[in-house]
Amino acid sequence: MSEGASEPMGHGETGDGWRALDRRSPAVTAMLTAGIALGSAVPVFASVRGDDRPIWQALAVLAVGFLVVVGVAAVLERLRWKHTRYRITAERVELRFSWIVHRLRSVPRDRIRTVDLTANPLLRLFGVVKMQIGTGQQGGQHGHLVLNPLDRRQAELLRVELLSHAGSPVVPVAPPPVSPTGPTRQTGIHPVDQFRAAPAQSAPATTGTVPARREAQSGHGPPIRTIAGLNWSWIRYAPVSVTTPILGAAAFGGLLQISEWFGLQRTILGGAGDLLRELPVFPLVVLLVAVGIVVGVIGSLALFVESWWGYRLTWEHGVFRVRRGLLTSRSLTLDERRLRGVEVVEPIGARLLRAAKVDAVATGLRAMGRDERSDPKMLLPLAPRALAHRVAAEIVGEEQSPTESVRLHRHPPAARGRRLRWAVGSVLLPAAVLALLGLLFTDALLNVAWIVLVVLLPVAIALGLDAYRNLGHGITGEYLVTRYGAASRHTVALRRSGVIGWTITSSPFQRRAGLVTLAATTAAQQGAYLIRDIGTSDGLAFAEEAVPGLLTPFLERSSEGRDAHPPLPDTAT
Amino acid sequence: MPGQIETVRLRPPANRVERRAVWWWMTQDLLGAVIPAVALGVLAAVIAPARSWLQFAQVIVLVVGVVYAAIVPFWRYRVHRWEVTEDAVYAKAGWLWQEWRVAPMSRIQTVDTERGPIERLFRLSSVTVTTASAAGPIKIVGLDHELAAELVRRLTETTQAAPGDAT
Repeated sequence: MSEGASEPMGHGETGDGWRALDRRSPAVTAMLTAGIALGSAVPVFASVRGDDRPIWQALAVLAVGFLVVVGVAAVLERLRWKHTRYRITAERVELRFSWIVHRLRSVPRDRIRTVDLTANPLLRLFGVVKMQIGTGQQGGQHGHLVLNPLDRRQAELLRVELLSHAGSPVVPVAPPPVSPTGPTRQTGIHPVDQFRAAPAQSAPATTGTVPARREAQSGHGPPIRTIAGLNWSWIRYAPVSVTTPILGAAAFGGLLQISEWFGLQRTILGGAGDLLRELPVFPLVVLLVAVGIVVGVIGSLALFVESWWGYRLTWEHGVFRVRRGLLTSRSLTLDERRLRGVEVVEPIGARLLRAAKVDAVATGLRAMGRDERSDPKMLLPLAPRALAHRVAAEIVGEEQSPTESVRLHRHPPAARGRRLRWAVGSVLLPAAVLALLGLLFTDALLNVAWIVLVVLLPVAIALGLDAYRNLGHGITGEYLVTRYGAASRHTVALRRSGVIGWTITSSPFQRRAGLVTLAATTAAQQGAYLIRDIGTSDGLAFAEEAVPGLLTPFLERSSEGRDAHPPLPDTAT
Repeated sequence: MPGQIETVRLRPPANRVERRAVWWWMTQDLLGAVIPAVALGVLAAVIAPARSWLQFAQVIVLVVGVVYAAIVPFWRYRVHRWEVTEDAVYAKAGWLWQEWRVAPMSRIQTVDTERGPIERLFRLSSVTVTTASAAGPIKIVGLDHELAAELVRRLTETTQAAPGDAT
């Protein structure tokens, strides 16, 4: 590959198939920088104006600064663009930067697991997208390669090409129609479903109850079909998520920040102080919380609209694809060969409304980036639970989702005791510290201590009991299922063939109670799915049943009646 | 549920680690106590106002460290065990918190040896067996360095024979 790394020859393609990124890149950067500069100019202007200089002077300084910043950014980006080349060969995707520092990143094509396209409003204005190519590698930057920016239509073709399992370049019959609002229509590129001969999962699964419109495609096993589409009634689940309090709190912080720029903070705080003096504390707190909640709810709704506008989950040629986004359009793909299972998540608020979301359990998924508002592994947003299970069933290609069909086994009562002790401890400890400080310094803290105790103890105990009730494990068909979580309940179905080892841990407390924590290690996501506080004997039998043969040679059986829970061997004390 | 009357337990892996691993652990633990104690001693000599506090801390560090070094290595020696069969690697580690790890041969991705300076002193090596899981490798510590090299050779041979990308 190094002989291909000769000097870039002009723009566009060079002889060796090296291609340049989209030439609109410097313009995009200039616009972006201009936006940021304008935004930060406002507080700067506010502070400069504070001095007694004439306004035109301040404006002139700002204008010069603005031009310099934008110009420098555009020039730097132009340099980056000029010296960055990528190419797609039969075996690899390569990205190189060769100016002063030379960097070559090369990814074997058969390692490509995800190809995601995102375009924020600015990129969409220019008709370009950012492409992230993910490999199976876990963690770190080396896992993926970013081509930013690419022409939208070109990127669309490239995406299909990269995910084509045959690995040979695909010759498009015709450029696909590209809609201006991001989500492209069906790309009828592959004449044949070359990846998987009419997969079993395409036949029975889509029922009328799933809001799925199967593409009107003649023939057997449509190469593209829709698994789920957005139903606007799901927006009712948005306000009960964690984003509501977070956004509510953020709104107050933002208000203070902005007022500080304009030197109004004192005024606002003063006003709040007046309010505080006029109103008794309790109604004031209620008022503030109410305002926070209203703002949070509005924010959550807006966030939902932005994130999930035009949501569609499709299966195309052996690849799952999620398209969504109002302002920033996103197209996330997941090669179905990477799928190791599915996870149904029910956060506490949604659980009360009988709603759940669906995550993929797959290898080589990108972790959520800092600038992303939602997780790439999310396949379905909060939706009615029954629907979530049906979507999960379709994703794993079963009649019924393993997360639903499984008969979960409870964990021993000792597990409940442990959860209750944690719950009580987590309240008692801070309360005790407060009480101690109260005794030493001020009686006010004593009051806080007992209020904490009275208010939080029931909550903690309820959460502890909930955590125990949620614990469960079972095997159904090809999947092992574990359920866990206080408040937010997770039900993970992991394909048994995706288990690549077992880790069994036990703390001294667990050994006394006859419990272990069983971890099914897997190449997907964080690397292991835990079955916490399962009875030692049951857990080992479960692990052996889930992955036959792996643990068998290391097990001892004794069929004397179960006296007590026998301790694990070699406890060595 | 299987095992109504029958109880199942893990049998310990077949092999203990080298006996001299105890001395290696102990050296490590002692260094871990002595180095901060020396640092505290230096500080105590320099910073007169805080001398009594620093010396107090020094004594605590030394006492805890020595007690730890006197007990835990022997305890570890009783717990740490390993075994490599035709089909799997099986290892147990820890002392208070104990951990059994099993990985099938077919899912092993890399096998490495590692020898720190103190391990070298005791002619010991550790072997790290990674799978595609991000949840951590199987690490077998306290092996005789020749045995470890032999083990790595064997594991590499077996795992190279296995097809697929082990995910």
